[in-house]
Amino acid sequence: MSNKTIELEVSRTPELGMDFRPAHGPLQPVDLAEPELRSERMLINVGPQHPATHGVLRLVLELDGETVVRCLPHIGYLHSSFEKLGEYRTWNQVIPLTDRMDYLAPLIYNCAYAMAVEKMMGVEVTERCKVTRVIMMELDRIFSHLLWLGTWAIDVGAFTPFLYAFQQREKVYKLHEAYTGARITTSATRIGGMMADMPEGWDVGVREFINELPRTMDEIESLLSHNAIHIGRTQGVGVISAEEAIDMGLSGPNLRATGVPYDLRKDRPYYDYETYEFEVPIGEYGDCYDRYMVRLEEIRQSCRILHQALDRLPDGPMNVDDPRIILPSKTDLMNDMESMIHHFKLVMEGVKAPPGESHFSVEGSKGELGMYVVSDGGSKPVRWRIRPPSFVNLSAIPKLVEGGLLADVIMVNASLDIVLGEIDR
Amino acid sequence: MSTEAGSGYRDVPGSAETTGAVVSLPEGLERAHPTVPALKDQFADAFLRHEVVAGDEHVVFVDPTRLFQVLEWLKNDPEHAYNYLSDVTAVDYGGGRPLQVVYQLYSIPHRRVLRVKAELPLSALEVDSVVPLWSGANWLEREVYDMFGIHFRNHPDLRRILMPEVYAEGHPLRKDFPLRGRFSRAEQTRRALAQAPEDYYVPSDFGPGRDFQVVGWQEVGGEPVPVKEGEASGPPSRRPPKGSTEEGTSPSTTAP
Repeated sequence: MSNKTIELEVSRTPELGMDFRPAHGPLQPVDLAEPELRSERMLINVGPQHPATHGVLRLVLELDGETVVRCLPHIGYLHSSFEKLGEYRTWNQVIPLTDRMDYLAPLIYNCAYAMAVEKMMGVEVTERCKVTRVIMMELDRIFSHLLWLGTWAIDVGAFTPFLYAFQQREKVYKLHEAYTGARITTSATRIGGMMADMPEGWDVGVREFINELPRTMDEIESLLSHNAIHIGRTQGVGVISAEEAIDMGLSGPNLRATGVPYDLRKDRPYYDYETYEFEVPIGEYGDCYDRYMVRLEEIRQSCRILHQALDRLPDGPMNVDDPRIILPSKTDLMNDMESMIHHFKLVMEGVKAPPGESHFSVEGSKGELGMYVVSDGGSKPVRWRIRPPSFVNLSAIPKLVEGGLLADVIMVNASLDIVLGEIDR
Repeated sequence: MSTEAGSGYRDVPGSAETTGAVVSLPEGLERAHPTVPALKDQFADAFLRHEVVAGDEHVVFVDPTRLFQVLEWLKNDPEHAYNYLSDVTAVDYGGGRPLQVVYQLYSIPHRRVLRVKAELPLSALEVDSVVPLWSGANWLEREVYDMFGIHFRNHPDLRRILMPEVYAEGHPLRKDFPLRGRFSRAEQTRRALAQAPEDYYVPSDFGPGRDFQVVGWQEVGGEPVPVKEGEASGPPSRRPPKGSTEEGTSPSTTAP
């Protein structure tokens, strides 16, 4: 084997600068021919501790030059066995586990779980609760997409959109905190209602946020959408066809970017989504750029839904009027024997669900978020299963990156919008 | 507990009585889902029973030995076209009862949901893989295998996915699995510390490196020559001989 040395030569004598030190001149290679390299494939390991994997994801990549020949993802580094833990908790105690899975959109997970259990129990929540949950879910869709947008911009090499997006995200954090007392681990829902009614003026805060947001979105869009570097790195990268995407079980924006208008809010509406006016953006080519455009438009559509939901937010009770599900008020508890008994039973035993099961799906920020709950009549779930959208979306990554360049792996991974807390659960 | 009318409970068929199991439906409600009677006609021998739970969710129990044919028909029949596999999971009710494998299907063209279940006795936890029908089932089935120990025949890559590959305590979501694991905390710590990543993270064992992975070195004419997998004669050493770093296989070391 021969190693050819590339010789470098300084083309010009370095001139002396003002400080009488030689200024650095550019180095000119004498011979630009590539050195003779053996055509051997290389294995490289990305992650699990790597900022561009967006969590503890490990990818083993087999490279031929710079082309990815094979990709082998390894997950499970963040496995916390939430499903097993849920079987040892009462129905309401499971709720804090749900927001720790997808900490980028905790309220969607809180709501999805409560909706699944309520559907299984046959509990119909109040109108005010329905609209509040719609507001929460759309707010967190924006919340999650903004984080995705910021980190996506970082991955493509742009820093400014990241700051713009996180500035807006901070306002949603504040709204979370105002309602639930926590910024990320919200635990906002209860079976049959919410943990509390919204604080005075909270809806005004939401309205202010969605009034300001489109201007920031315009700014971010003007920085990215027609940016040559952004387009060059994302268009035609990580392409998947509609048939393949359905075959792989992709959902959410990743599926819609291929042109399939599958959105649970339209196809299987819950909480009167059919009465809201909004559109489902779809892509055309199924590449990274389309996924970016779809999510960008979803933020604007979520703003539309939020405006309508805030307009129709009815007065009335937040929780169902059923002492077997919802704790009595403190006044009743202190003055009324029956309420005290109910309070005691609920605190000591928890809500009891009749035997049955339900698989309930909502359109989460990452895709189809299913909650499968099984009850045997007790106060704890027999089985609590999350249909994790990121998990299924990530399983398509070998198909998306194989044959592409190593640098594109980062973009494809960013475009899938995964969250490892929910993949590993 | 009773589920009287009034309050927050709405009238749900199938979950009314405390029978310990979901109640089977009268004849009429079966017609509410267009796929169920067609499936019953098509697979009279494999169709075991039909339930409606939580108001409007249709569950069909089929014979596990015919499960693949049933799902294949559901996917490919244009009248039904369940082309989207939402979820594959399993339920363990404990107490020696059979495990249920659950397939949550969705038909994008017809906007229809159907849940197909198969009950597997604990003595024969085996069912055909549906990866040939939906590629997305790959990881979902691996997770069911990891968590419940159900073996999927003809699965292309049936390995543990969430738990480590050397995990020896069993399948965590089974009801007979204790919450804190089977081993003592001391034993778990000992095993975690005793793990040598090379034991199971050697790339040649994983697949992607199999074509080119150097498994050892031998002297040919005074120079060390890499031995590829399959060429080795006798046990090769895993490390290159000393003094051969400039001949190393890693391209990253040949920088100018």
